[in-house]
Amino acid sequence: MRFVVCIKQVPDAANVRFDPEKGTLIREGVEAMINPFDLNAIEAAVQLKEQLGGEVVCITMGPPQAESALRDALALGVDSAVLLSDRAFAGADTLATTRTLAAGIKKLGGADIVFCGKQAIDGDTAQVGPGLAARLGLNYATCISELEFIKDTNCLKVKRAWEEGYDILEIKLPALVTVLTCINTPRVPSLKGKLKAKKANIPVWGAKDLGLDTSLVGLSGSPTQVVTTCVPKFEAKKEMLEGDVEEKVDTLLNRLKEAGIL
Amino acid sequence: MGKVNYFLTEEQQMIVDLARQIAEEKIVPVRAELDEKEEFPWDIMKDLAQADLFGLYIPEEYGGLGGGCFENCLALEQLAWGCIAVTTTYAASALGGYPILLFGNDEQKSKYLPDIASGKKLAAFGLTEANAGSDAGAIQTTAVEDGDYWVLNGTKQWITNGGEAEIYTIIALTDKHKGPRGASAFIVEKSDPGFSFGKKERKMGLRASATRELIFNDCRIPKDRLLGRRGQGFIIAMKTLDLARPGIGAIGVGLAQAALDEAVKYAKERIQFGQPIMSFQAIQHMLADMATQIEAARALVYSVARTIDAGEKDIAKLAAMAKLFATDMAMKVTTDAVQILGGYGYMKDYPVEKMMRDAKILQIYEGTNQIQRNVIGQALNKEYTIKKK
Repeated sequence: MRFVVCIKQVPDAANVRFDPEKGTLIREGVEAMINPFDLNAIEAAVQLKEQLGGEVVCITMGPPQAESALRDALALGVDSAVLLSDRAFAGADTLATTRTLAAGIKKLGGADIVFCGKQAIDGDTAQVGPGLAARLGLNYATCISELEFIKDTNCLKVKRAWEEGYDILEIKLPALVTVLTCINTPRVPSLKGKLKAKKANIPVWGAKDLGLDTSLVGLSGSPTQVVTTCVPKFEAKKEMLEGDVEEKVDTLLNRLKEAGIL
Repeated sequence: MGKVNYFLTEEQQMIVDLARQIAEEKIVPVRAELDEKEEFPWDIMKDLAQADLFGLYIPEEYGGLGGGCFENCLALEQLAWGCIAVTTTYAASALGGYPILLFGNDEQKSKYLPDIASGKKLAAFGLTEANAGSDAGAIQTTAVEDGDYWVLNGTKQWITNGGEAEIYTIIALTDKHKGPRGASAFIVEKSDPGFSFGKKERKMGLRASATRELIFNDCRIPKDRLLGRRGQGFIIAMKTLDLARPGIGAIGVGLAQAALDEAVKYAKERIQFGQPIMSFQAIQHMLADMATQIEAARALVYSVARTIDAGEKDIAKLAAMAKLFATDMAMKVTTDAVQILGGYGYMKDYPVEKMMRDAKILQIYEGTNQIQRNVIGQALNKEYTIKKK
């Protein structure tokens, strides 16, 4: 089986700051890391590989420095990695990103299962996973908290979370899933994995390699235009309630009643 | 920030980063609970195994990474920054593995080292008895030849990883009247007949580590479990401890660094007399001494570990110095950290009280610091006698 994991390199959320004048993230001096949801996607793929055999390939679209995220992935049990990088890919929205990723996965020869994190913690759209599935014509399920391969039917049995509960679905392979962080606990990297990752050859594929029309990728292929961004201001009054839990609940109930909410 | 350059290779830095990541992500969040419940850290042992850290000092042909004492010290220091009870559990497996590495024959190494290197099995080392602590020569556990077997009788005390480890290296008397040549070393497996465990000790600190009696009651083990030669037991024990002692120094350095980190963080936040207590010279001077002592200890531990890896054979004095200096330092630094945090430092809400409780064992186990001074003193006596000639 071939498992492909799509990952994104994001700035370390704990340390990133926002430039309110330019409306952009201040990335200088902030360490880049693998999007946390994608760590769970990697772990899910590696666990399935350990169970069923096969290979795990990690793929990302990003600037040249995104290669370090792929090396981190290789230290976590991923077998090989590909970087999709080209100036033409810059400024991509979710649509253009899915075009690029889909081309990358096709060039790899397709996949039995594609794993994505539910969303990236910088853009927070949660659209790339399902968008990619649609583009590749794969069955898919998003927000997965459990996963099991059913050999007899060549299906993935998954637990999909909703606000109100969950669905148990069986989806036929080839398929794509986007995972929640509760699906597993990502392993720590291994030293042998890190040593292997350091030496690994990571091919870089550009628009030409993928046979992509540059007008359909990156900023020029993106119907979404970011006009302006701003930092939300929190001006609401805040109050810390004192006392033990019972007292706090009583006070809160009174406040809500006073405000006419209850 | 000016940091001392210890000229680590890329691989060595990788070990530091990985051990630190495990300390931060896996150890720190659970250390207080493990301490409170006296719970053995199996989950973290599995993480350390997954990370390949159990095989640092084991040659590649036995599934390890082929590192030495220094690589081991680097990992121990970072893990100890998280919790020394967890770190001691990890280190004790190496203490049980060293005799096999140093004195085992090919079959013994092939049989036991791969499982120790992969972390599939924990190891432990059994020398101490109720009446034989600093006076190791007073052990009473015996091993008697009986056909194709050795039969062990006696009780080992305070054995780290007792009951949890699968592989034990045990020092027992084989010829009572031969004095220093009267003991031998054996490999005992957890499932061997006649081998059982006594009560789990309740301790002041190091509470997540398992410390138990090993009870040998006509414990029969095959003849090929003898390590090295008959009569070599005390030599094996001493060589093992010599190799392990810089690691205990490294644990002291990591623990003290954690205490300093907490103390500085607190001193910058704690307001008294209208300003952070960091601004008071009394506090600054304490922190300055702590930081300086830590760096001095680190430099000593690293230098000794590297000297060992460079092939120096006469290491008893150096290893004792590294253990002595770094662990006395750790006791002082953790005590001072509690002092800087004041009443808060004495409370369980902050981690420094545990660090101080834990630190005390470092001055006691793997040879008390008084014994370390004996080793250093005796080495000096010998060195200067030779020089006179």
